[in-house]
Amino acid sequence: MSESNVTVRATASEDATGDETLDSVPLLEVHRLTVVYDTPTGPVIAVDNIDLTVNRGEFVGVVGESGCGKSTMLFGIAQLLSPPARISAGEVLFRGRNLVTMNDKQLAPVRWQNLSVVMQSAMNALNPVQRIGAQYADTMKAHGASNKAEIRTRSEEVLGMVGIDKIHLDSYPHQLSGGMRQRAMIAMALLFTPELIIMDEPTSALDVVAQRSLMLQIKELQHQLGFAVLFVTHDMSLVSHFSDRLLVMYAGQAAEFGETRTVFDTPAHPYSKGLLEAFPSLRGPKVPLVGIPGSPPALSAMPPGCRYEPRCPLAYADCKTVKPELYEVNGVLARCLLYSPHNRPKTSTEPDDTTPTEGKP
Amino acid sequence: MSTPILEARDLTRVFRVGGFGNRHNLHAVDDANFVINESEIVALVGESGSGKSTIARLLAQVYKPTSGEILFQGTPLSQLRSRHDQMRYRAAVPMVFQDPFSSLNPSYPVSHGILRGLKLHRADLDSEGRRAELERVAEVVGLTPAREVLEKYPHEMSGGQRQRVGFAQALVYKPKVILADEPVSMLDISIRIGLLNVMAKLRDEEHVSQLYITHDIASARYVADRMMVMYAGRVAESGPVEEVLQAPQHPYTQLLVAAVPDPRAKQTMTAKQAAGEPPKVIDPKPGCRFADRCPLVKDVCRRVTPPLLQLQPGHEVACHVAAENAGRAEESMGAAA
Repeated sequence: MSESNVTVRATASEDATGDETLDSVPLLEVHRLTVVYDTPTGPVIAVDNIDLTVNRGEFVGVVGESGCGKSTMLFGIAQLLSPPARISAGEVLFRGRNLVTMNDKQLAPVRWQNLSVVMQSAMNALNPVQRIGAQYADTMKAHGASNKAEIRTRSEEVLGMVGIDKIHLDSYPHQLSGGMRQRAMIAMALLFTPELIIMDEPTSALDVVAQRSLMLQIKELQHQLGFAVLFVTHDMSLVSHFSDRLLVMYAGQAAEFGETRTVFDTPAHPYSKGLLEAFPSLRGPKVPLVGIPGSPPALSAMPPGCRYEPRCPLAYADCKTVKPELYEVNGVLARCLLYSPHNRPKTSTEPDDTTPTEGKP
Repeated sequence: MSTPILEARDLTRVFRVGGFGNRHNLHAVDDANFVINESEIVALVGESGSGKSTIARLLAQVYKPTSGEILFQGTPLSQLRSRHDQMRYRAAVPMVFQDPFSSLNPSYPVSHGILRGLKLHRADLDSEGRRAELERVAEVVGLTPAREVLEKYPHEMSGGQRQRVGFAQALVYKPKVILADEPVSMLDISIRIGLLNVMAKLRDEEHVSQLYITHDIASARYVADRMMVMYAGRVAESGPVEEVLQAPQHPYTQLLVAAVPDPRAKQTMTAKQAAGEPPKVIDPKPGCRFADRCPLVKDVCRRVTPPLLQLQPGHEVACHVAAENAGRAEESMGAAA
């Protein structure tokens, strides 16, 4: 399952840094990250060899169906996995340091100050019996702030940034609406102005207007403060106007990775195309849609060839047996045999040559 | 036009909230007027807390209306006194719930629940007839091969399949209207469409009307014939789905349409436009409930509640400004105009 990701990684990071300015090291580099869940019948792979880079100030979206490993990957990056999940291979380089090999004590100063996480359900992430202000103060004290007035000022400041009145520092989470709670979480993540904020479906519990308002706010803050965002969602259309680059995940792997606009305008992987076409549009003619038939494979029973093959409308014989790599097409990376230099439909003369040559660009 | 299957007249539901000495009235639904005709899907959209689900529960008789009336094929529900009539109504207007993971009994195969419904509501069928009907509805909602799928337990099924079971369960009663409360919002994007197609099929082939409650406007456009937009317990706008979406009259509908993420369209909205939240309608005073967020707000909006006026055939709007533009300010604002 892990043949030859070396070349893939090389392409991915070149791609990412190519049009970026002088900042030599990307803020976050994920190399061949693999997360497994230990089960009585042996480990199952939930995140398989993911390569990902996030540059300073960039907004990277991660989309996919439930169960495709999006959240597991995020938790793996933030070192928040708990058994039975564990990282079995790969590294997470954040500002050049490998988070995977760091222990809790070493991680503590990185958390909140350089990297913070906004969880999906703010109601569960906030302490229901503590006022918002007390929770902010806790976080700040844990990272060395001791001056009460300073803490109060900073708390008011971040709350103001997300458009919540400072009187709500004295509110309990249940007194806030869903949208405000989520914004309060984001404000908390901003306490130390981190360089990277990881967001796990922060808008999925909100309705469209609140969702749009939150997204615009995140984007505005990003412009002001310059942090990078790694944003996970199952709603592909949500990030279409907000993310710079997009990672489409399927069954634990990267199916497609590239500029958001390119992926939306010319989706290379049949799965990305299927996801895009599964959205009814608000404008234009009404066309009958079919969605994507079937459901993603179980982690314990992956198809031997392409993992999307059982649901793919374009699948051909080789897809059943040959594992596709990530191939470069139109400046994006797509894991589909259609773009393989070796396995083209109908002219498949080398069905056994599954690994791209090392010299591939 | 023939009698509508369901009609709501000035439907109002008020909940009492707060404890001793701090009692307030929460107006969940205020003066809702609408009809559901034969073989049509009516989408009910709005933000969370706008009263969508309360309407479904009023129609399903989970709640009794505080005032106003629901008519089923012309007969007020308050006149359905006998158990027989009640049962007939419940079979005619079943509900499909949002969460397919908690709405099925985990300890029985899914055929169990469907068969129980059949036994209760379809006395005309014998055991074989029930079995045949069971398999027929399973095929209609796309649970194939029916024989095999029906013997599965809920945990063995995907979310999409479970929600299809929900529709099959509703369908065995030979319903007139299915109340579907966010039936697809818990499902993955890739399988939502399949279920929306089932809903369209139920309308076109089984002639079952549906009240489709959702906050996903694009899916409402895909499947519904008419659309009702609610804001803070009141119907803001209702009409043919294309008309409402392509030429929204109420400023709230305009906001809602603009907020829908559409990768194919340019993004036009600013953070300022999207800001604000729907009010909690506790002890409301007269006036338009959208006034505080409305870009077109006038003085009169804060004093007089705009009534739902038919500004074009079949297209109703509750907005003073829209009424004024249509030359009907007086009807909308009353003496204040």
